[in-house]
Amino acid sequence: MADALALALALVVLAATLGVAVARPPYLSEALAACGGAILLVIVGAVGLSAAGAAVRDLGPTVGFLAAMLLIAEGCRREGLFDAVGAVMARGAGASPRRLLAFAFVIAAAVTAVLSLDATIVLLTPVVFATAARMCTHAKPHVYACAHLANSASLLLPVSNLTNLLAFHAIKLSFTRFAALMVLPTIAAVGVEWVAFRHFFAVDLQRPRKAGTRPARPELPRFAVAVLALTLAGFALSSVVGIQPVWFAAAGAGAITVPALIRRAATPLELVRGTEPGFLTFVLGLGVIVQAASGNGLDTAVRAVLPTSGSLPDLLAIAGLSAILANLVNNLPATLMLVPVTAAAGTGPVLATLIGVNVGPNLTYVGSLATLLWRRVLHTEDTDVELGEFLRLGALTVPAGLVAATVLLWLALQA
Amino acid sequence: MRALVWIIEDTWEATVTEAAVFLPRDADITLLHVASTEAETLATAARHGLLGRQPPAHAAAEPLRAISDQAAQQLLAEAHTRLGRPATLQARRGRVEHEVVAAAASMDILVLARDGDRARLGPRSLGPTARFVVDHAPCRILLIWPDVAPALTTIPPPRLPPPRPPTR
Repeated sequence: MADALALALALVVLAATLGVAVARPPYLSEALAACGGAILLVIVGAVGLSAAGAAVRDLGPTVGFLAAMLLIAEGCRREGLFDAVGAVMARGAGASPRRLLAFAFVIAAAVTAVLSLDATIVLLTPVVFATAARMCTHAKPHVYACAHLANSASLLLPVSNLTNLLAFHAIKLSFTRFAALMVLPTIAAVGVEWVAFRHFFAVDLQRPRKAGTRPARPELPRFAVAVLALTLAGFALSSVVGIQPVWFAAAGAGAITVPALIRRAATPLELVRGTEPGFLTFVLGLGVIVQAASGNGLDTAVRAVLPTSGSLPDLLAIAGLSAILANLVNNLPATLMLVPVTAAAGTGPVLATLIGVNVGPNLTYVGSLATLLWRRVLHTEDTDVELGEFLRLGALTVPAGLVAATVLLWLALQA
Repeated sequence: MRALVWIIEDTWEATVTEAAVFLPRDADITLLHVASTEAETLATAARHGLLGRQPPAHAAAEPLRAISDQAAQQLLAEAHTRLGRPATLQARRGRVEHEVVAAAASMDILVLARDGDRARLGPRSLGPTARFVVDHAPCRILLIWPDVAPALTTIPPPRLPPPRPPTR
């Protein structure tokens, strides 16, 4: 099949798959759409069977790593970690919405870094919402904080974001080296958010609340915390002992899951659902589709546009372009397109890509202009959230966050 | 007289106290709380941004609504106790300013508190929500300061008119 035709077809399939994932029609799951698209591209010869197989084999360990992390997060929820965290927040915040925001920032950043952005959005956000409601304060700044930090704080560790896992697999960098290079950029991105939030929500945050009854000292679930701590220690030591981090994730997932199975706190079916097999399949299908596009000229185009040196202007350009692409097509496809190119260019460019695809999605709040516009089209009457408000908040935080994080990454690379 | 007392989280005590003082004994009082659905929508929208993930059963939007409903009921109950008079309790959800104006349509008077800057007298003492309600309310309004009203000295002195060009 001619390259240009194959590329056009691959891009159409990619657009259709993303369309299904955004629109979520009840009759077609995104996993099915991605797999169907991938199979179609193999059948018409836009991507060879061996290349498709290689793409799946290449993504396999990353997807397995993700499944293990999802199981650990779900286990933490089961053990009551998130409820305990809510109690910590309520107790620490007392009567001050500003302190509640500070607690929400710290906890959302920690949950995102350790348990990934999914855990923050899916498991932590409802807890923060409930804490704000019980405190009788407006939940909006705190919910916004969760959504923004789920992106901004997801720079720190390879496990914080699927995009990081994909890049981590593509470059030969130890877990600790990754974290050491990304700690300053993470602090910068979160710091920019903090300043912007304090300014943006000044009126909401200035009102002191009447102090209610102080909630009892929360009991942190020791078992879940111990499993998390040991898993993290395993990650940190992985390069020293010469064992891949994915095995520590698997061990952590087993440790937190098996006891729940034995005491029947969870059924096997629930656990399988907890790993989100549909999502994992979607990632694999998407990987093959992007491979078809890349192999037929998309990677050449990306290489032509993207600078590849480790100089500061180049890193800034990479982060900016990655952020734009992440907002146009969502950050997952953007990572699949960009990482193979920037990984070949070295550590600096690939980490700058991650800054772009992780911090960038805050520009359109939900990570993709398509998602945003589609939701507006679907819910024309649903005007309880001002579109302008989250675009303004994004415009306030994202460019500054990108620049600050990239400059600090560049500094860290010089050391 | 049908009176609507709109309470919000941080100023409800003062609003209820003033309503008890200034509304006539025979007033037919309705205590209103409107829960903004904004934060719930934001939380749900963030989940939709996670491409390809099916929302797990325990993380659906319903629990958020239940939490917000419960908080509203609790607030209304506390306000009712503080009022110490018979009253109808009304909980609404949606875009706050529109809901308040709609609820005020069948009323003779609306009691509400300033929701903006309380440190100085001036237009900023009304936030966007109360500003909309004051501008659009289809009835009389009793607008209260949640605490003691700021001193007159908080009004900035009038600016001197610009110097006129010399006339020939």
